[in-house]
Amino acid sequence: MARALVNVPANARRGDIIEIKALISHPMESGFRVGTNGKIIQRDIIQTFTCTYNGEEVFKAKYSPAIAANPFISFSTRATDSGEIVLAWRGDNGFEAVETKQITVE
Amino acid sequence: MKRVAETMLEPTRRIFILRTGQLGLGLVLGAAGAQRARATPDMMRQLVDEITGGKPMTKGKVTLDLPPLVDNGNTVPMTVSVDSPMTDDNYVRVIHVVNEKNPQPDVITCTMGPRCGRASFATRIKLADSQKITAVAEMNDGSFWFDNADVIVTLAACLEDIL
Repeated sequence: MARALVNVPANARRGDIIEIKALISHPMESGFRVGTNGKIIQRDIIQTFTCTYNGEEVFKAKYSPAIAANPFISFSTRATDSGEIVLAWRGDNGFEAVETKQITVE
Repeated sequence: MKRVAETMLEPTRRIFILRTGQLGLGLVLGAAGAQRARATPDMMRQLVDEITGGKPMTKGKVTLDLPPLVDNGNTVPMTVSVDSPMTDDNYVRVIHVVNEKNPQPDVITCTMGPRCGRASFATRIKLADSQKITAVAEMNDGSFWFDNADVIVTLAACLEDIL
């Protein structure tokens, strides 16, 4: 599993807008570069990133080869209830990474 | 003897000139064939038309934040934010980012909703050349808003060979 760094606040007040930042290690090989043997290096990218909050999808991103290596994403969501925030990345060659963070909302 | 030498020389020179010509032509054709895939401003407009479904876009509401001068196109920080209250009846549905000169015209498509609280996101992108980037936001009422950013790139991404 790829290494991911995820920043989700552990506590929040109900209704607050919280910022979620996530960084994952991935080469994001565009499929347009030529290797030393003169052949095109095959594409290997993350295609989708989704964030679900207690099972409800709150943010989704569709990536293209134009996203830099080790994709970073930051977005915000409203803290509604205590529970878990699940971040999932899916991509070429069966790539899949899931990170789960707990949040307590008062 | 002199005649023999001349007759032998003539065809070789002719062949030499012919071959040089062929080689030159081959190089030109080869270079054209090897030219890498690249989006064009037309492809970007086509993609924008696909996104909006031909509806008009208005400049405003969207803020596309990119550095005007980029040293390294391999990783360019980008922030897109849309002026929207993000309530149940007034929110941003999708934000698209498109470009003119990368190999492909699409960059990122973010789907959001009223649960987001703030219509903004940040990421890092690759840029293959100095070009114009456009962010298009689709609102829940079906209207489209956009913003452009011109970026000068000194070291391009994706085009360099691996050493």
